[in-house]
Amino acid sequence: MTGTLAALGAGLAVIGAGIGIGNIGAKAMEAIARQPEAVGDIRSNMILMAALVEGAALIVIILAFFVK
Amino acid sequence: MRKIFITLFSALLFTFVLSAQGHEGHDHDDQTTHEHADATEHDDHGCACHHDEKYDAGATAFHHIADANTFRIWGDLYLPLPCILYAPEAGLSTFMSSKFELGGHGDGTKAIDRFVLHHGTVMRVADDKFPMGEVAVECFTSRKEGDEDVFQVIYQGQCYDLHKKSTLDGGVLGGGITSYYDFSITKNVFTMILGLILLLWLFGSAAKAYTTRDGQAPKGAQSFLEPVFVFIRDEVAIPFLGDKYEKYLPFLMSIFFFILGMNLIGQIPFFPGSGNVTGNLAVTMALTLFVFIIVQFSGNKHYWEHIFWMPGVPAWVKIILTPVEVLGVFIKPVTLMLRLFANITAGHIVIIIFVSLIFIFGDAGESVAGSIGGGIIAVPLTLFMMAIELLVAFIQAFVFCILAASYLGAATEEHHSEHH
Repeated sequence: MTGTLAALGAGLAVIGAGIGIGNIGAKAMEAIARQPEAVGDIRSNMILMAALVEGAALIVIILAFFVK
Repeated sequence: MRKIFITLFSALLFTFVLSAQGHEGHDHDDQTTHEHADATEHDDHGCACHHDEKYDAGATAFHHIADANTFRIWGDLYLPLPCILYAPEAGLSTFMSSKFELGGHGDGTKAIDRFVLHHGTVMRVADDKFPMGEVAVECFTSRKEGDEDVFQVIYQGQCYDLHKKSTLDGGVLGGGITSYYDFSITKNVFTMILGLILLLWLFGSAAKAYTTRDGQAPKGAQSFLEPVFVFIRDEVAIPFLGDKYEKYLPFLMSIFFFILGMNLIGQIPFFPGSGNVTGNLAVTMALTLFVFIIVQFSGNKHYWEHIFWMPGVPAWVKIILTPVEVLGVFIKPVTLMLRLFANITAGHIVIIIFVSLIFIFGDAGESVAGSIGGGIIAVPLTLFMMAIELLVAFIQAFVFCILAASYLGAATEEHHSEHH
């Protein structure tokens, strides 16, 4: 039972991270369209932000693995 | 081009299905013993040797990402690795892991000074009655204690409990207290030494090229390393660290190329590669500890002021803010550690689960049609995942490096803007 709950929790975390990374990607595309000359800066900041969001989700997934 | 792709695809498929069938041969014999093994499993004296249960993809994945005291080269051929084991009551034992005389599934058939090899990992018998020195053991089993599995070794028809895998802290930080310490050159340590030699050779040859080929276009390793080096310097070090970047550049570069090298070596699915180094919590913890110590020691007055008494905010906010900031000092490196570990581990697990589809659909080698069907699904998925992992190897090295640089930059920032 706790295993199922952990799996559900991991799923919820993935939804959160999906929304977060989706927003980052969308806004970055928008920013690049507005200012194509700033593409390098935007890209590296986008990856950085995506990694931060993804980190939160992955911590939950790893926790879900270790909760039996 | 298309022809090459099709050939490659079918070659991979063939290899996968073949390996699934190879698995079948010896699982098939076990199938009959398996039935009554289940019946005796919950007996009090369930000390008979019973063979592995049904194919478990999750267990296989965890076994593959874990560190081990053996390194499989091919089939039943293992690279002997030195075991350096210390148990407080028995002293130091050093020997090669080949002395365990590996049988199937990475289990040793010998016990040496109460040490046994179970699924490629050294474990210690937790019983004083077990003889010291070299003795032959029959097989391994496990019993349930609450929620946890306790592994057991069977020696002369008698079950002996095994202590959990050792950790450097003796199990204080999770994993339980163990009776022994393992300082062995494990699979991961071996991979790190290999990576170290590779990096030294690559950078040595690139560095030499700058003196011998001064003023000419880069060549060989130099032409790959130079753009990456310049990218990290211009995109990571300079924006975050300002003029002090030269002081921290060697550290950032070492971290970046170590993580990148280890990620890429871990991607190679066969012998010299496949060690899951950056997907090991101890490794990422050590890397993060370096970052943590360097950040704290290079932190200037402003950095500490911002943590303990944030300027420019009302006093009551400071009381709330200070504990949060102090916690932040520790949470930042912890997330850094977990991010790299989780990303690489997740990637390895997903690839292994995809390969496992062959065994799941093939009913652990029982049905050939299932294996082929599983293979047709597994090959493109695995190829896709490996391509993604190649990207992740670069991105995670970059992210670790950029976050380390941003923490360093925050700790060493001189000037101070008015608004916070």
